[in-house]
Amino acid sequence: MMDEEMEVNENVKKVMFVMRKAPHGSIYSYEGLETVLITAAYEQDMTMVFVGDGVFALVKGQDTTDIGIKGFIKTYGALEHYDVEKIYVDRVSMEERGLTPDDFAIDVEVKEAEEIAALMEEQHATIPY
Amino acid sequence: MKFAVQVLEAPYNNQASDTAYHFIKAALDKGHTIVRVFFYHNGVVNANNSAEPPNDDRNIYKRWTELGKEKGIDIVACIAASKRRGIKEGQIVEGTRISGLGQLADMTIEADRLITFG
Repeated sequence: MMDEEMEVNENVKKVMFVMRKAPHGSIYSYEGLETVLITAAYEQDMTMVFVGDGVFALVKGQDTTDIGIKGFIKTYGALEHYDVEKIYVDRVSMEERGLTPDDFAIDVEVKEAEEIAALMEEQHATIPY
Repeated sequence: MKFAVQVLEAPYNNQASDTAYHFIKAALDKGHTIVRVFFYHNGVVNANNSAEPPNDDRNIYKRWTELGKEKGIDIVACIAASKRRGIKEGQIVEGTRISGLGQLADMTIEADRLITFG
């Protein structure tokens, strides 16, 4: 990593990453996760929210062999080592897709849309992927 | 106000690059500051200097040169995303540069507002 990327701002800001897309079919989810990992090095107050098809990114047991794409579900397991601990899933998005928290590869907190909206209000920046 | 701008889509295929450009121009006209423009995902294609769009339409690539070279705005294409898509150092649009994702985190922290196009 380059030196300039390791500079840490003294002022901790709230930054929310909104994961909106399914893990495969576009690169948004994968490259979005890369951004989360890099931003973690800046020791900000980070939150990840999974909404819409974004919730599929967390489903455990994904096997990408047949689609010939490198899977990255295991990377989510590393988030806790990056001190990214605020990981939320929109309840309606989850239920509409027939999922429960047991289907996810990592521990998440299920939140109502209103709660997520209130969290968004608190953020310094919201980054959609 | 200090704005940071993220562009996630390639030019022409999607309006994101056009809208980002017009937003930046309008913000500058109003006296605001652009901390940095960051190209990510297919947005890095905005920095491809080998493109030759038809003369009877806008040249999106030259717009970045206008903002980067003439207006002095820092315009960065993500290195990992660039490598994935064949955008290379020495073959990028004048007024832009290639650097790491840390530049995105950095501008997000520094700016008052981060605006994403795409």
